[in-house]
Amino acid sequence: MITDQGLVLACSAIGAGIAMIAGIGPGVGQGIAAGFGASAVGRNPGAKGNIMSTMLLGQAVAETTGLYGFAVAIILLFANPLIGKL
Amino acid sequence: MGTVFANPGIVMLSQSVNIGVDGYLKYEVFGQEVWITTTHIAMWLITLAILIFAVIANRVIKKADPYKAPKGFLNVIELMVETVDNLTRTNMGEKHGYKFSNYIGTIFIFILLANLGGLFGLRAPTADYGVTLALGLMTFCIIHYNGFKYQKMSHITNLFKPAILTPINIIGEIATPLSMSLRLFGNILSGTVLLGLVYGLLPKVLLIVIPSFLHAYLDVFSGAIQTYVFCMLTMVFISNTFDEE
Repeated sequence: MITDQGLVLACSAIGAGIAMIAGIGPGVGQGIAAGFGASAVGRNPGAKGNIMSTMLLGQAVAETTGLYGFAVAIILLFANPLIGKL
Repeated sequence: MGTVFANPGIVMLSQSVNIGVDGYLKYEVFGQEVWITTTHIAMWLITLAILIFAVIANRVIKKADPYKAPKGFLNVIELMVETVDNLTRTNMGEKHGYKFSNYIGTIFIFILLANLGGLFGLRAPTADYGVTLALGLMTFCIIHYNGFKYQKMSHITNLFKPAILTPINIIGEIATPLSMSLRLFGNILSGTVLLGLVYGLLPKVLLIVIPSFLHAYLDVFSGAIQTYVFCMLTMVFISNTFDEE
């Protein structure tokens, strides 16, 4: 027999897993940024410092969307707002 | 010792895995329950470390002989100061750079030590949203103070420049501190959660070897990069207010 609370907890865990699919986007984006950074260093090795800092900044900004998904997953697991609605 | 995340979902997990913020001491302010948590204690320890370092550095600098080449501890301090000065000067221009090296250096040292807190057995204070939101709001205040200082009233009228885009401009301004604080928080929290799960998962024998690699990546590498990114974004947003006269 599944209780109401158990159902909500189980669905929250599944939802947290689905929310982490958001990690795909930043992974692809950071990979593309790193690839272009590598080719830029290959073309102009003297500007390695500037390219590195620009690449890291861009990657950090691209990471934000994945972190929103992570925040949703963490809220569903540890500060579940749905339990209180029962 | 009570958990701040009072939630039935975590009760079963929390026997072996500890990734939440623990409260130690409860007191009341204006009828609100307030806790002294692990975050406060870690931040007190970090503040104490920075204070001791600053006092020692002050002693050394006062005794220094300006006609001799610096050596030892003095050399390290000079290296740190020069690094921060170079960072602000290259990113914010020769004219304004030096004024902000104090602020950038302060938040750099604080965030770096806070991110490295996981190495010393503390729960990293930046894995608590209250800390990173405060850092983001400090940056927000400085951005808009400088915006009014250098652009006067056009800092406000710029929001309405293409009249159709007004709501998007306003949301963009509000999203700046939110996204900056969420980025720092999310990165450090993901490291804390992963390490907590690994510590709960492994048998006692393996705990010496395997987490050290994860600590090296998640605490040191990721923490240093996020510190750098937070300071870089602060500098970029502040220097955006200089250009448009």
